[in-house]
Amino acid sequence: MSTDATHLLTSDLATVGTGEQHQLVTFQVGSLLLGIDVMKVQELIRYQEMTKVPLASAVVEGLINLRGEILTAIDLRRRFSLPPRPASAEPPMNVVVRTEGGIVSFLVDHIGDVVEVGPAQHERTPATIRQRYDDLVAAVYKLERDLLLVLDVEQAATV
Amino acid sequence: MTDDILKEFLLEASELVDSLDREMIQLEAEGDLSILLSIFRKVHTIKGTCGFLGLTRLEGITHVGENLLDLLRSGERQLTRESASALLRLLDAMRECLGHIEQHGTEPAKEYTELCAELQRLVDAKPMASVAVSETKPSPVRADAIAPSESPAPETAATELNLTAPSREATPMQHITASDTEEAGKSERSGELSAELKRSALSDSSLRIDVTLLDKLMNLVGELVLARNQILQHNSLGGDQNFARVKQRLNLITTELQEQVMKTRMQPITNVWNKFPRVVRDLSHTCNKKVKVEMEGKETDLDKTLLEAIKDPLTHIVRNAVDHGIELPEERIAAGKSPEGTLSLRALHEGGHVIIQISDDGGGLDVTKIKRKAVQNGILSAERAETLSAYETFQLIFSPGFSTAEKVTHISGRGVGMDVVKTNIEKVGGVIHIQSELGKGTTFTLKIPLTLAIIPALMVESSDQRYAIPQVSLVELVRVSSQQFSEELDRVGDSLFYRLRGNLLPMVDLNALLTGETSASFALEEQDVLNIVVLRAENSLFGLIVDQVHDTEEIVVKPLGKQLKDLSIFAGATILGDGRVALILDVLGISKRAAVCREERHERREVATDRSDAERESLLIVSCRSDERIGLPLDLIDRLEEFELAEIERAASQKVVQYRGGILPLVDLSELLTGEPLPPTDSIRVVVFSEGARRVGLVVNEILDVVDEEIKVAQHRCGANIRGSAIVQGRVTDLLDCGAIMATS
Repeated sequence: MSTDATHLLTSDLATVGTGEQHQLVTFQVGSLLLGIDVMKVQELIRYQEMTKVPLASAVVEGLINLRGEILTAIDLRRRFSLPPRPASAEPPMNVVVRTEGGIVSFLVDHIGDVVEVGPAQHERTPATIRQRYDDLVAAVYKLERDLLLVLDVEQAATV
Repeated sequence: MTDDILKEFLLEASELVDSLDREMIQLEAEGDLSILLSIFRKVHTIKGTCGFLGLTRLEGITHVGENLLDLLRSGERQLTRESASALLRLLDAMRECLGHIEQHGTEPAKEYTELCAELQRLVDAKPMASVAVSETKPSPVRADAIAPSESPAPETAATELNLTAPSREATPMQHITASDTEEAGKSERSGELSAELKRSALSDSSLRIDVTLLDKLMNLVGELVLARNQILQHNSLGGDQNFARVKQRLNLITTELQEQVMKTRMQPITNVWNKFPRVVRDLSHTCNKKVKVEMEGKETDLDKTLLEAIKDPLTHIVRNAVDHGIELPEERIAAGKSPEGTLSLRALHEGGHVIIQISDDGGGLDVTKIKRKAVQNGILSAERAETLSAYETFQLIFSPGFSTAEKVTHISGRGVGMDVVKTNIEKVGGVIHIQSELGKGTTFTLKIPLTLAIIPALMVESSDQRYAIPQVSLVELVRVSSQQFSEELDRVGDSLFYRLRGNLLPMVDLNALLTGETSASFALEEQDVLNIVVLRAENSLFGLIVDQVHDTEEIVVKPLGKQLKDLSIFAGATILGDGRVALILDVLGISKRAAVCREERHERREVATDRSDAERESLLIVSCRSDERIGLPLDLIDRLEEFELAEIERAASQKVVQYRGGILPLVDLSELLTGEPLPPTDSIRVVVFSEGARRVGLVVNEILDVVDEEIKVAQHRCGANIRGSAIVQGRVTDLLDCGAIMATS
């Protein structure tokens, strides 16, 4: 990821200063770089042992105990129909997000930086992405090297 | 500072008003002087503080009420329904004021002139004659009540003042002094002081805590639990004796702390029910009815938020029951009932839910009337209405815009309500059912998930994961060792049965169920032992095979996220002592999924209310030739066996087999029913019936299924050995008359 460059870029943009600036928590899921509005993210926690839910959708990885609250953990790789995480890979991280239906945890491969994006970087959602991940992607921003897909958390949490 | 005092006052005053509500109802019912004194004291306290805080309006209305109470206390006025109603309205007004102050920081602009006038009228309502008497010579009661230091003259003057010019400025002072002295004198005389002390001791032992603070505490405890677990797992210092001891203590303390903190959010349902006697009293007076309220299970705990959520729906049902359910006293007498109707409220924990029942012994729901109304209101067509069952008809009252009341009253009957009740109950994940019998009464049953309620549960293990089974569904635990398998287990097709004291108990394998299979996932031969948890779902029992049975634990039920709401086999989840999450099994959901009992819950309820020739039966479905289906009552069946053809012998021209040291006569079902024997095969399937010591083996072609259904005998074809036909699982099935077969064979 292009961390330094991104920060430079975003601070420049901030001076341009339209009201449309967003801060996004970014993370890697398979080959995708995804982002969620920083205001929606409650916290990031390490992988912890989960309670499997038999008969639930395959997207549901299990249940975790977050300080007395029981959260459903959704594997974003499966949600995006990506190949499963290699067994040798590091355990995924939990991105705990507030949604309308309650708090959920999204399992991601790596957590990236918080980036600030504005209208200048906004891209029309490319047709290929629209076709494959139709409702899961709310917006697309162009970063230095990557395309940042903004996750529609409500859709992603609906299985 | 002032804010704090005001806040403190608001809290205290609201509590006082709530308890006043209850005491007023009690006073009206029992007329006990000590209750009256307590009411007076409380009203007086509120009034005093109002004056101190400069809440003149509240002080004003409270004052007039206090005057009336004073007269009641001294015996100069008798408590009538009128005065009780006025005092209750005063409490409402006080509550309204308090609410306004809490929200806006100021008293409401409303003057309450009507209420004050009404109270004042009651104060003055003494017959003119006796007023005249008291002017010249105070009544003895009065003289006794007033402290000796005070002369009767100013009091009389005050009464006069009230009569001529009800100036609010002048009267308060007069009466505060009067009643204060009076109270002081009284308490000294009658040892009321000790009662006062007792009361304050009680209030000292409890204190108010903000719910958000409790939530924070609960979360912190959760974190502590996780930290504790990590320490427990940390075994590198395991050799150190001291550390081990400290670890153990930490463990115990944390567990207890967790339990206690979780309990702080629970409140007994009586907190909501407390308001109902008042509601019922007011309503029954308006409707000229007599209703008494009975409560059972007041202490049933519910999470605070849930309690809030069901408050309004419950109130609505209670109002409906009084307004529509219970009849007028004359009608009740005519129907041979006591003139006083009974409204009973019951609450209990069941199957991980709280069950709340509200029953009245009133007129019940009239099926034809409901249908007619529904057709009139255009909710459904007349043809459709004809075909509705009683249960379905009752459901109509939950339709928007439906009302059975002949007259629209201001209380209910405008057709808004029951649909809202249903929506609100369903919003918190609950269900509502109606049972009703014409002329006998109506019962509403609410089933509310516990959400955070604490329930005892049995912990079991399946595929290395723990599950909780609510203990209310638990009947018993059975352990069957492999030596007993052949004796006690039967297989019918894919289904496994256990013989529990002579009854065939259908079995469900939890491992198989959770992997989505229908039949048991294991080979019986490979098992050393089977752990069977016998569970009750509705009225039928079934056995759940689990890998391991652990302890029972008090668990706190938490809801599952919306992603998992569709999984009916789970009732929720809980956090175990070690911080791990465990799913709670929904026993009814499991029995449904496993098709142990197939029908919907409501069908059974329908039977309860509309008992005709429909009976619920467990049947073994067999075939005698090809596609003909025969139903045998399961409770008469002893065992299912298979015999080799070679085993069949003959005794007195009847086919028999040697069976358990005796001779089992065989009856060929096909021959019995059609006259044609079954074509010979290598082995025969036999259903063994027993009655007392007698046994008969019925040779069948195939054992198809076991059903537990409501059987409506549609056609009484009482031919030989058939007691009728019924539709079972959507197919016509002949019901065998086993008694006749036993008799003839």
